[in-house]
Amino acid sequence: MTTRLVGQDSSDRGGIGADSETNTTLSVNDLKVHFPISSGFLIRRQTGAVKAVDGVSFDVAPGETLGLVGESGSGKTTTGRAILQLQRPTSGSVQFRGVELTAVSAKQMRPFRSEMQIIFQDPYGSLNPRMSAGQIVGEPLTVHGLAGDKNQRRDRVAELLERVGMNPAMIGRYPHEFSGGQRQRIGIARALAGEPSFIVCDEPVSALDVSIQAQILNLLTDLQAEFNISYLFIAHDLSVVRHISDRVAVMYLGKIMELASSEDLYENPTHPYTRALMSAVPIPDPILERRRERIVLAGDIPSPINPPSGCVFRTRCPIATEECAEVVPELIDRGNRHQVACIKV
Amino acid sequence: MTPDLPTAKAGSTHLLEVRNLATRFATSGGYVQAVDGVSFHIDEGEILGLVGESGCGKSVTSLSVMRLIPNPPGEITDGEVLFEGTDLRQISEQEMRRVRGGSIGMIFQEPMTSLNPVLTVGRQITEAFEIHLDLKGRAARDRAVEILNRVGLPDPSKKFDDYPHQLSGGQRQRAMIAMAISCNPRLLIADEATTALDVTIQAQILELLQSLCDEFKMALLIITHNLGVVARYAQRVAVMYAGKIIESGTADEIYAAPQHPYTTGLLSSVPRLDASARDRLESIEGEIPDLANLPAGCAFEPRCRWAVDRCGIESPVQLPVRLSQGRLAEGTVHQVACWESENIAAGTALEKQPS
Repeated sequence: MTTRLVGQDSSDRGGIGADSETNTTLSVNDLKVHFPISSGFLIRRQTGAVKAVDGVSFDVAPGETLGLVGESGSGKTTTGRAILQLQRPTSGSVQFRGVELTAVSAKQMRPFRSEMQIIFQDPYGSLNPRMSAGQIVGEPLTVHGLAGDKNQRRDRVAELLERVGMNPAMIGRYPHEFSGGQRQRIGIARALAGEPSFIVCDEPVSALDVSIQAQILNLLTDLQAEFNISYLFIAHDLSVVRHISDRVAVMYLGKIMELASSEDLYENPTHPYTRALMSAVPIPDPILERRRERIVLAGDIPSPINPPSGCVFRTRCPIATEECAEVVPELIDRGNRHQVACIKV
Repeated sequence: MTPDLPTAKAGSTHLLEVRNLATRFATSGGYVQAVDGVSFHIDEGEILGLVGESGCGKSVTSLSVMRLIPNPPGEITDGEVLFEGTDLRQISEQEMRRVRGGSIGMIFQEPMTSLNPVLTVGRQITEAFEIHLDLKGRAARDRAVEILNRVGLPDPSKKFDDYPHQLSGGQRQRAMIAMAISCNPRLLIADEATTALDVTIQAQILELLQSLCDEFKMALLIITHNLGVVARYAQRVAVMYAGKIIESGTADEIYAAPQHPYTTGLLSSVPRLDASARDRLESIEGEIPDLANLPAGCAFEPRCRWAVDRCGIESPVQLPVRLSQGRLAEGTVHQVACWESENIAAGTALEKQPS
């Protein structure tokens, strides 16, 4: 087993991430992804757009984890896909180590495909059922020319499987022979094979049982410390996001409502949406629960086809006034790199 | 509206009392004992949380209570399900049909597959009114709209005429809940009812269910893997593992002083919203056992760091949790099925060396 280097560089990862332009793995600026809606029978015209991501900006520093939380339909998965250019953004900029990815061609994107990886939510759907664990993990090695001959490749696959806590003897088994937790480990090994410096983790533990979830979260933490990987950790579970993230961005209807260091956000949530979201998450402690304030939001998240004017949260916001329908609140730094998009707080 | 049912010999003072329930499934690899001697009870107006991971038998328990286990391959082999003093296992299918959706409501996890796609939402609710309350036409419609409004469905009179595919996931789940509570059930079984929903919607639904318990003395059985939901809403908790209840007690007792190593492990493996980041999570080693191939003795033994020789041979029975001097705490209902729990609590148990 490789030596674990937990907490090796936790001192500079604990608080605020990227502190200068030069020390940034990823920089996203005013990212927009709009999906066109067409109608008409003979002459199809674009009649509207689903504004899945609508002006999102953030940075991720080397070795840092940025958590992206939000409810379904908030645009967090689309943000992750747009960063990896799996979904071409409508506008905005995505810079990876200073290279503008929105401007590169699919061919030029190739080298970045090994450096930027993704781990998917569904460990059942994201592995090819006709490929063995060894083939799945070995494929990136072949594609990116990372392993020399057949033997080197096999050794590297065995090493990767062992690193994610799997028995290398399972190399010839197929996905259906593994449990959900083991499949997710294979997915992580596949991502590691490309020797990435950045991984989009899209709900990597939400399909797993709690006891298995903890194993995978610990594994992701260990790997980050060992290889200095940056994570964009997308999840709807605020407790999980707090646990793993250095900084957290809260999304609602395609926009970031609040962005702060993990500690700061949870100790001092400022945006009314963040506050409501947190109060809705129950804590496994009945005595504490009886004392907690419960803010119950009315209604559903509105349609991204026709989002509310002004602040997109105003239709469910307990403190919204008429003014909120007029002004689109900007994400403003309130000090200590705690950014909030609200005109009322 | 409970129909006239034959009263069973063995009475019960609880609204629902399940005694020694056992359900198994025939598979090509032999019988799988999904539920193995489960006993619990719920009183009026009470909320009981049945907690466990996938495959622990919590859903099969609730389906057994409702007699919804497909036979074959499933079969309830033993036990009593006493509801208002009547053993539901003894009554006829026709009588059972009056209980289902009438005095016992049930909400399933999958709102997509639990609604009939070719009937309007409203029709699916009024169907229950015809069967259980003899309510038809305009009166039934008005009442259905009122209930849809109650579960927080926007524009309920329009939604009444919508088909399930026209509703969002959260709205469908709320329509399911409307169906389940439409006939004022005495007991509502919510099997992972809010798991697929966003937290803000989950909070809306659970607050509503809690208010029904307070207002109408409805009893609620929450079946979930979410330890936070149980802590917030349940008064009592039962923890299941591999078909058995391994620990039960009041929520305060279980969360403050879990006795079974599995419960302890489960609680420490969940990231908490109020816990500072970066603490390593304590995970339970290994995987959930295969029910078709359970180890002898305690099913948790292979994953348990406190296991002793006895654990691999003899299956532990649920016993009251005792204080350090061997006395029972006053009024305690805390029970645990573990041979070593007293030693663990006293700090005298020996940790198994990792092999």
